[in-house]
Amino acid sequence: MTDLRAAFLEELTSVAPDLDAATIGDDDHLQDDLGLDSMDFLNLVAGLHRRFGLPIPEADYPHLATVRKAAVYLAENLADQR
Amino acid sequence: MPSLGADMEAGKLVEWLVKPGDRVKKGDVVAVVETQKGAIEIETFEAGEITELIAEVGQTQPVGAPLARLGAEGEAPSIPVPAPAPAPAVAKTPAPPQPVVKAPAPPSAPTGVTLASPAARARAAELGLVLENVAGSGPGGAVLLADVEQTAAQSQAKPPERQGKAGLDMAEMRRAIAAAMRRSKREIPHYYLTHEIDLQAAQDRVAAINAARMPDQRILLAALLVRATVLALAKVPDLNGRFEAGPYTPSAAVHCGLAIALRGGGLIAPAILDAQTLGVDAIMAAMRDLVARTRSGRLRNSEITQGTITISSLGETGVDALTGVIYPPQVALVGFGTPRLKPVVRDSTVQARVCVTATLAADHRVSDGRRGAQFLAEVARLLEEPEAL
Repeated sequence: MTDLRAAFLEELTSVAPDLDAATIGDDDHLQDDLGLDSMDFLNLVAGLHRRFGLPIPEADYPHLATVRKAAVYLAENLADQR
Repeated sequence: MPSLGADMEAGKLVEWLVKPGDRVKKGDVVAVVETQKGAIEIETFEAGEITELIAEVGQTQPVGAPLARLGAEGEAPSIPVPAPAPAPAVAKTPAPPQPVVKAPAPPSAPTGVTLASPAARARAAELGLVLENVAGSGPGGAVLLADVEQTAAQSQAKPPERQGKAGLDMAEMRRAIAAAMRRSKREIPHYYLTHEIDLQAAQDRVAAINAARMPDQRILLAALLVRATVLALAKVPDLNGRFEAGPYTPSAAVHCGLAIALRGGGLIAPAILDAQTLGVDAIMAAMRDLVARTRSGRLRNSEITQGTITISSLGETGVDALTGVIYPPQVALVGFGTPRLKPVVRDSTVQARVCVTATLAADHRVSDGRRGAQFLAEVARLLEEPEAL
């Protein structure tokens, strides 16, 4: 889970290079607190798709709303895949 | 050093991407310059062979100063590069502008009384300028409002020594925005029109397209807003262009600016060049690219100097409507609020549908309300039948 959190933060700071991973809280909302717009968010989803091979349909977007939620979502979906 | 905006007087060369002997063609990125808008990639406007790099990395050069020499194929080197497209020739280095600000007065208080208009006094006080240091152009050497503004603009243009990370200087950006918006409100007689557009069909279409696609191929509703705006300009071309010197002529190409907000504050409006040639997917790809490069600070000079119209969209988490300020010398700005579910009467029943409020801000010197209304109605018609986009 720690690895997934770090991987998620890496993808997040790659689409939002102005964010500092060290200051992002696990429950910060990506749009409301961190200021991601819909294009940044889509780029993040695309980055996660490339990294993990998960399809991440639009209906699942709310599961990526915070770092904590995203780590859980990635863990569950990667487990399903195996 | 090309001008990257009317308010720019100098830029700092931070990187050369070519060396003497390299062949370049029109549009190739040859250097990176740091400006108020971040690091900007500079494209050459001529083809040829780089024969000499004149400017050194780290140097701050005034607009118009030659950066390098470009020789035509097999010719003696002569043409400086890059020549800014619409700007005057840059063959010679212009003398640095005559400073209007005199050397700061010695601490011994000035003796005489400085003549100045009330507006100039008020503005000077607001800007913290000492009137004695402003050269007056009015009767008897009186300081006028324009003199104060000019002095303020020139003192701002002195490139400060940067500290911290390269890239954006937020104070500089704020000043650039202030200068552009002040000019807009001073020079452009805006008129505004507002229209509510039913986006349900467009939203459904985006969802249907995306359901069958992997994330990196998905589109955003915003791409349809841009596509509809660009198409509608074909019907009302008066709104697309740059009013630089009269008489105004609309632009055939639509270089569609997108206002991109930066998280640290401030915004940049780089343009999708020749957007009239792009379908929805290509517009989406161009938007992705522009946003990514705006965030990382790698825009090209053509993208920030050639826009012919700007779209400002509040996205998913904003408010109902945006009434914009035109980005001079453009003549229109289209604002989209946040799409929301609204009660809409359709087929004599009230239905919940996703709607967006579109607002046109346009320059009354070049168009009138009737044309503006035709434009917004066309945007609505296109978005309500999104299959044709």
